[in-house]
Amino acid sequence: MKVTEKDVRYIAELSRLEISEEEMPMFTEQFNQILEYADILEKVDTTGIEPTFSILPLYNVMREDEVKPGVSHEEAMENAPAVHNDGFKVPRVIE
Amino acid sequence: MKNYITVVGLEVHAELKTKTKAFCSCSTEFGAEPNTHVCPVCLGMPGALPVLNRKVVEYAVLAGLALNCEIQKFNKFDRKNYFYPDLAKNYQISQWDQPICLNGHIDIKVGGEKKRIGITRIHMEEDAGKLVHSGLTISTSDFSAVDYNRAGVPLIEIVSEPDMRSAQEARAYMEQLKAILEYTDVSDCKMQEGSLRCDANISVMPEGATEFGTRAEIKNLNSFRALERAIEYETERQIELLEDGGHVVQETRTWDDINGVTLSMRSKEEAHDYRYFPEPDLVPISLDDAWIGKIREGLPELPAQRKERLLAEDVPEESADLIVSNKKMADYFDEGAKGTKNLKALANWLLGDVSAFLNAEGVEIDDPAFKITPDHVAGLVNLIDKGVLSSKLAKTVFAEMLKDNEAPEALVKKLGLEQVSDAGELARMVDGVIAANPQSVADFKAGKKKAIGFLVGQIMKETHGKANPGMVNKMLMEKLSR
Repeated sequence: MKVTEKDVRYIAELSRLEISEEEMPMFTEQFNQILEYADILEKVDTTGIEPTFSILPLYNVMREDEVKPGVSHEEAMENAPAVHNDGFKVPRVIE
Repeated sequence: MKNYITVVGLEVHAELKTKTKAFCSCSTEFGAEPNTHVCPVCLGMPGALPVLNRKVVEYAVLAGLALNCEIQKFNKFDRKNYFYPDLAKNYQISQWDQPICLNGHIDIKVGGEKKRIGITRIHMEEDAGKLVHSGLTISTSDFSAVDYNRAGVPLIEIVSEPDMRSAQEARAYMEQLKAILEYTDVSDCKMQEGSLRCDANISVMPEGATEFGTRAEIKNLNSFRALERAIEYETERQIELLEDGGHVVQETRTWDDINGVTLSMRSKEEAHDYRYFPEPDLVPISLDDAWIGKIREGLPELPAQRKERLLAEDVPEESADLIVSNKKMADYFDEGAKGTKNLKALANWLLGDVSAFLNAEGVEIDDPAFKITPDHVAGLVNLIDKGVLSSKLAKTVFAEMLKDNEAPEALVKKLGLEQVSDAGELARMVDGVIAANPQSVADFKAGKKKAIGFLVGQIMKETHGKANPGMVNKMLMEKLSR
């Protein structure tokens, strides 16, 4: 087993996901299955091959620096669970 | 106590002066009402796709060229994942392992000594939104309000090598970096508005050590003064810790400008794990020689080159350094130089009376509070050179010019300040002062050469400073030495 329950707990915490103790063996198993599949890929000889950062055969998709209207303030705030002084009101967050 | 060496490296964020954000067409204008420059992309709406602003690449390359970097032709963006509401997407689009610029440098001068500071890398990324906390500090707040106007504004992060060994060197590097960014016009560089920000990595090591000590990262350095003070404070703090047998903890600290201390930000023990991966929503950027060459053509005269030009025009090195370090001052100087040949005197006026006024008012030279135009400072220099004004009276005229930018030539007439350089008139005054002060004359003839100063002073007093002091002195000498 490459991935332990400790790793799963850590990754879940980084992702702000709650995983119960009962679910832990299942996720640990699945993590390992994925990584074992990656092991197969790792056996392929990639000497001299550039890493693929994008699967699209495209470069330099850019726009000019011209201002265009976005959404109105009212529209933007429609998605806010709570509003304070025209800002998105969020709980106190300490890193 | 051992002798310790301070080691400093700086991470500088500069907001780019584009009209629109990095990945959407929202305006980057500063100071707008909260959440009015936003769209689905910078609000992190599901399905919204970023499209790169061409100007961001061009400004980053321009800055890299000005900072002597190698430009990387292949560029991609990466996601830096973290949970904090300043970015709605829960990740920041940045560049991780392949930044756009590598291996640059800046030359600085501290205490007359030149030093080269390495630049490790420059990468492009987006700025985050602004959180306003309900209390005075985050720990006393119940909630925060987020404004996403700044979210997505393009930044370049310029990372230096840990090459600086004192607060003074760090300040000199920061000043020089700011000047270069201002000359290239890629950023507003307003530290107060946050368009130029600086974090300092600081460590200390005993003299002779071969390995750097554990570093602390100091944030919230919003002025050159804060940078200098924070490094001095942090150096002392770390040395004290080590001397007391303790050790420095690798952590992020914040500078408290009011109390002049750095404070631990008490982040979690474990280091951040940003889980960078290539941003799949943006395609890679390929820079070719033609594009880089075109950007290079837009490279303006830089501070170092302008300094060389000033030195060639007989401006002393110290003055040249001061003038070129401030682009607005340097541009003002260039305008003034069109109106006078005496550039050394022009430099002295800018660094003397003009700077004194600007410092007292706390403004820059292009502020409307400073009314004098460059041609009028040049005119004032010429009036002194022609002997129309003594340097003392020039200060009086300057004070008048500050009020309304009236031409110095007109003010001299208006105030009746023309220097008396008429030989006949001065001769009469010299005869008069000799007749009225027999004691001083006798003193002078007895060898007290200083007595002549008193006589010159009498004439200056009588003429309210308008007599040409050089001529008066010369004429008195001639008469008395006979």
